[in-house]
Amino acid sequence: MSTSDSKESTRTQIDRRTFIKSAGVTAAALGGIEGILAARRAPAFAQGTKLHWVRWVDFIPESDVELKRQMPEASKALGAEVVLETINANDLQPRITAAIQSGAGADIFNFQYNWPHLYQNAIADVTDVAAELGKAEGGFYEIFPPSCNVHGKWLSVPHSIVGNAVSYRKSWLKEAGAAQYPKTWDEAHKLFTVLKKKGKPYGQTLGHTFGDAPTFTYPLLWSFGGAETDKSGKKVVLSSKGTVESVKFMQSFWKDCCDEGGLAWDDTNNNRAFHAGEISATLNGASIYIVAKRQKDKIKDEKGEPMFQDIDHAPLPAGPAGAYLLFLNQSDAIMKYSKNQKLAKDFLRWVHKKENYGKWFKTQEGYSVGATKEWEKNPMWATLDEPLKMFRTAARNTRLFGYAGPSTAKATEAFTKYIVTDMYAKAVQGMKAEDAVKWADGELKKIYRG
Amino acid sequence: MEKPIAGGSGGAAGLEVALPHPGTSRPAGMTRFLESERLLACLLLAPTVILLGLFIAYPFVMGVWLSLSNTSVGNVGHFVGLANFVKAWDDDIFRTAFGNTFYYTFFATIFKLSLGMWLALLLNRHFRGQRIVRAAMLLPFIVPTVLSTFAWRWMFDPTFSVLNWLLYQGGFITNKLPFLSDGTYGMWCAIVVNTWRGMPFFAISLLAGLQTISPDLQEAASLDGANGWHRFWHVTWPLLKPVTLVVVVFSIIQTFSDFQLIYVLTGGGPANATHLLATYAYQIGVATGLLGEGAAISLFMLPVLFIVVWLQLRYLRRLEGA
Repeated sequence: MSTSDSKESTRTQIDRRTFIKSAGVTAAALGGIEGILAARRAPAFAQGTKLHWVRWVDFIPESDVELKRQMPEASKALGAEVVLETINANDLQPRITAAIQSGAGADIFNFQYNWPHLYQNAIADVTDVAAELGKAEGGFYEIFPPSCNVHGKWLSVPHSIVGNAVSYRKSWLKEAGAAQYPKTWDEAHKLFTVLKKKGKPYGQTLGHTFGDAPTFTYPLLWSFGGAETDKSGKKVVLSSKGTVESVKFMQSFWKDCCDEGGLAWDDTNNNRAFHAGEISATLNGASIYIVAKRQKDKIKDEKGEPMFQDIDHAPLPAGPAGAYLLFLNQSDAIMKYSKNQKLAKDFLRWVHKKENYGKWFKTQEGYSVGATKEWEKNPMWATLDEPLKMFRTAARNTRLFGYAGPSTAKATEAFTKYIVTDMYAKAVQGMKAEDAVKWADGELKKIYRG
Repeated sequence: MEKPIAGGSGGAAGLEVALPHPGTSRPAGMTRFLESERLLACLLLAPTVILLGLFIAYPFVMGVWLSLSNTSVGNVGHFVGLANFVKAWDDDIFRTAFGNTFYYTFFATIFKLSLGMWLALLLNRHFRGQRIVRAAMLLPFIVPTVLSTFAWRWMFDPTFSVLNWLLYQGGFITNKLPFLSDGTYGMWCAIVVNTWRGMPFFAISLLAGLQTISPDLQEAASLDGANGWHRFWHVTWPLLKPVTLVVVVFSIIQTFSDFQLIYVLTGGGPANATHLLATYAYQIGVATGLLGEGAAISLFMLPVLFIVVWLQLRYLRRLEGA
């Protein structure tokens, strides 16, 4: 939900803008944010100019507070009012579509995964900003070029990556005989069968969510050797032995190990269920631990002790074909219809200045990692609790949907239609594994041949 | 004998010609304009036509065009004929949504009608606190759909459902009921919420209809020995039929194109089991950005609603003619 002014940015009149351009406000025009800072005064954007930035509601509320605190500083530095609006992540795509089709709306949108491919004709080239940032920080993580760079142009500026891992209750796993978190899906199946019988199931959503469902189902598919397409990205190869095996595994894992209410969960239900002691483990970002620690007086275990002390993290187990991860990468795109593209670029440069980005990064406490490896060196990591330290290098190894081919707009379409997640959801509701795979394969073929 | 005034055969006509005309001070063009019934009608109708054109006709025509094109977000489409309709029909999620829309509309309307009628008959009686009860009854209808549906969603929550808790504490169940995590349960939860929300509209409209029926008719029927059911069936129902028909048609249109309730309650899940045409069109057109395909899906509603309205108008005309 938005807690800031959600009004559309006010468009300034053309004659003012023309005047400003002709007046030659060179500090901003020539030197970007560096020029602004060197000139020690804000560039004179037209009076009343507003820049509107739409982001998701962060799962770490303190981070949104910090960003909102920074907006007046950004406004002062840029000489224009910067407005931050935060909305539910599931509403980002509808909002972007509406803005593009009407040619009006926010100047900058928070993008996820490889959305620049989907909206490539409606977003501005930000190669200059991305190149500066990448160069200054030693290069982006490998996941960003295929996500944000389309046909050689950066169409969104990489911002951060939300890692994920299984949050689990150490004491409950120990009671069930596990000294450590299972390394394979078979071990996980045995362990959580015992825990479910004790009323402490594994919690997993198979709903239409942007985060916890696909970041579970895609890696599960890959870990059994399944893939959406071949390397060319043109031939759908979902219908394979590996995919069928992964679906069969999920059917038994669901029945024997999971809270079956997960079919209707969104991205927040597992957090609440975990904090309420209803589930023993769930795939999530670090927010379960961070929130449990920040609210240690409220979130307690059955013994009355702060629950965060009993939480640890582990990567998803491996299947016969290995262990894989899908992380949520985030970037910022400037809309082509925006009349303030120059200002928007300067703003993104301002956001990524180390002193500004660093303050936001600190509030994340490992929930997000930076867009570059540079942020792995940040002293913040040394101050974190042990369970959070695994997120520091997590972003080095993540795949994108569309695998084994390139992650194109077709892959995004399949993702947005929840086809892979629904394949598992249909199967756990009783459809034969082979039929569920056949259905999903057919849906993918319709997308890839279209 | 008085000489007639020049220019007229009768006194009145002559006077009209002889006296200065009040309109002579206006410009001749304006006078002609205002005196022309056709032009004046156009002038008076213009605001309505413009509003209807902007907010009804333009979006409709645009929707039809989109459905016949391959427009996607940020990309101007070109004409593809009926390809989007064929693709939709070939899509089994669409077929599920299509079937769900009929199922949802049928049962929700039946429940709203029967419970609304029952409530209206109860509220038509005199009792203490009648006004408060009538006002309270409207609450579900007044509260914004999104807000009330959120409350229902919490009640049906897979983990923390208060309904499950009550049933469990009351010894009625041993395992949680999968309110929103099972397709069939999910659809029936949506029907229950829709009925809860829409029933007051039926009740208040039927109550208004009931109050136009003269008590003398009921009294006469009683004197003739009719019992309660006979009075309802032979006196009340025939007189209430026109109102009921209008209310039912309005309800069918609204329920068939329902979006908010499903979007908030189930999001079309689990695994697309509760999608309606409107929510699926939204998912494809707005969330996925395939505007042409989304428009085609939503246009499937048009012929159905057209038939419903046509039947209603036909019936009403027949009643008027009777």
